[in-house]
Amino acid sequence: MKKNVSNLNPLTKKNLITLLMCVVIFAIVQIWQASGSMGSLYQGLLVPICIYIIMAVSLNLVVGYLGELSLGHAGFMCVGAYVSSMFSIMTQNTIGNSLLRFAIAILIGGICAAIFGIIVGIPVLRLRGDYLAIVTLAFGEIIKNIVNVLYVGVDNNGVQIAIENSANINLDYANGGKMILNGPQGITGTPRDSTFVIGFILVMITLIVIMNFVNSRTGRAITAIRDNRIAAASVGINVTKYKLIAFALAAFFAGVAGALYSHNTASLSATTKNFGYMMSIMVLVYVVLGGMASIRGSVIATIILYALPEVLRQFNDNINNYRMLIYAIILIVMMIINNNDTIKDKLNIFKSKFKRKKVPKETKGAEV
Amino acid sequence: MEFISYLVNGISLGSIYALIALGYTMVYGIAKMLNFAHGDVIMIGGYVVFTSMTTMGMPTWVSILIGIVFCTLLGVVIEKVAYKPLRNATSLAVLITAIGMSYFLQNLALIVFGAGGKTFTSVVSMKPISLFDGQVTISGETIVTIIVSVILMIVLTLFVNRTKPGRAMLAVSEDRGAAQLMGVNVNRTISLTFAIGSGLAAVAGVLMCSSYTTLTPYIGAMPGIRAFVAAVFGGIGSIPGAMIGGILIGIIENLSKAYISSQLSDAIVFAVLIIVLLVKPTGLMGKKIAEKV
Repeated sequence: MKKNVSNLNPLTKKNLITLLMCVVIFAIVQIWQASGSMGSLYQGLLVPICIYIIMAVSLNLVVGYLGELSLGHAGFMCVGAYVSSMFSIMTQNTIGNSLLRFAIAILIGGICAAIFGIIVGIPVLRLRGDYLAIVTLAFGEIIKNIVNVLYVGVDNNGVQIAIENSANINLDYANGGKMILNGPQGITGTPRDSTFVIGFILVMITLIVIMNFVNSRTGRAITAIRDNRIAAASVGINVTKYKLIAFALAAFFAGVAGALYSHNTASLSATTKNFGYMMSIMVLVYVVLGGMASIRGSVIATIILYALPEVLRQFNDNINNYRMLIYAIILIVMMIINNNDTIKDKLNIFKSKFKRKKVPKETKGAEV
Repeated sequence: MEFISYLVNGISLGSIYALIALGYTMVYGIAKMLNFAHGDVIMIGGYVVFTSMTTMGMPTWVSILIGIVFCTLLGVVIEKVAYKPLRNATSLAVLITAIGMSYFLQNLALIVFGAGGKTFTSVVSMKPISLFDGQVTISGETIVTIIVSVILMIVLTLFVNRTKPGRAMLAVSEDRGAAQLMGVNVNRTISLTFAIGSGLAAVAGVLMCSSYTTLTPYIGAMPGIRAFVAAVFGGIGSIPGAMIGGILIGIIENLSKAYISSQLSDAIVFAVLIIVLLVKPTGLMGKKIAEKV
């Protein structure tokens, strides 16, 4: 057994450690929950943390591996959330098994988000750098804006869709007609199917798929494009195709996260905070602080950064008022420490002194 | 006739966007960074002018002056504290720091001034003008906004093209290394850029608060994003581009609110941006830079 582990490819080993880490965290949380000492504040954080881990890992595929700055990731989450929520409400009476229904809803949410990813990706991926960032932001805002003026109702005649005004729909209310998506008021009455266990399973699926994807032939093509687009194109990599694949896959998982999100709240409406650029930026912060192209980093950074403001919340009111300020300061200080050359050099000197004292170990190869 | 009043209001809103966009575009041109905290400087400017007018009872023009000076200093301080240590870092790291700074300013305002909206008294005492026998009325704020913006843009253009520090700014944005070799003090030039951008933001803040009178810690965010869109629309890094982009975005927003749909105006503005960028990937006035292999 031991021999097998040491024979593993270092990359596989690294991925296994990440998965193991997640399982351990999951087990600890389960034990904590079972012991009954977990407050309702923390219990309320569990599913959102799963949602944001999925978001961060999938955004890392675009930002870290593909090297394109996307500020519209929340838009895909929005698509997934709304589509899956509508599906769940419509089939609530037809599909009795809530687990099966939720699974289909998640899949449909993900697929719709992926389709949107392709639609958005075809024009957007022609652009580069900051222009791509602003156009993805624009698409995210457009999706949010359109969802806010969309009215969807269902009755015996089928599904009816209208824009801007609920009066544009003539629903047969007498015969079970029902308004599902009510413009800016959003969707109410989505079955609350999201649980921590389902969230955890989805996180594991996301991690396994994305880890395998980035180590596959396609994944290597994508990192090649990031490292040098022109060189990659000159050895025969179809740049647009591979960019689109990465973009669509990331959008798919954002849609999955959206489905998890919409089945975790009783009423769903699109605001700047949950599906607008604020959310995209928040997830981007997780990705960047966790480390570009580091999946384990994304997971850890999401857990810490999402929990941090919430944990600060439980202190007395005095601190409570300052918690977002503290969060902002920590963010700025961490960025400066991580990226300033002078500070980094000093830290390295400090670290090496510390290491030499403790164990005179042979120098390890540089970790990528 | 209605069309004219929508158009004039659009130009007025657009000139506010243009003033903000100038800050974005100049900072981008010189420091190659997206200063996400720029929108929040507008908000701080609004609050400072509000405080000095109501709490301290200063006359209007003194308050505006205090607001501009405060924001100018704030811009320089932000640059020195948060962005200067990251001069050689990746652009994404600087972007995240700017976002952190934006959170910081918003929450600072939240603590100092409270979450409740404050009613800003307009600094403009001009009476509305009616044209065409009262068919079109244009508010004093609208006219003052347009006049002030036009004057500032002319002054800025002259400053950048005719004075030594202004040309130093152009040189640094063209090639930082070469400018340094030619004896341009890069750090001072970058500070100057932040100072000018933040000063313009303060003016934009006062004008915006005069037209839309509520003041909350979050008022800077959305105009900030719009102005950012305007800067990209005009070609980020280009000063005339930011002016034209800002005014066009304002006009498009107002006309689409009036004639197409008030709820969809955001989507329309962003859709126009996307179309422009797809046809002309570097914006209206942006320079196309050939890629070296």
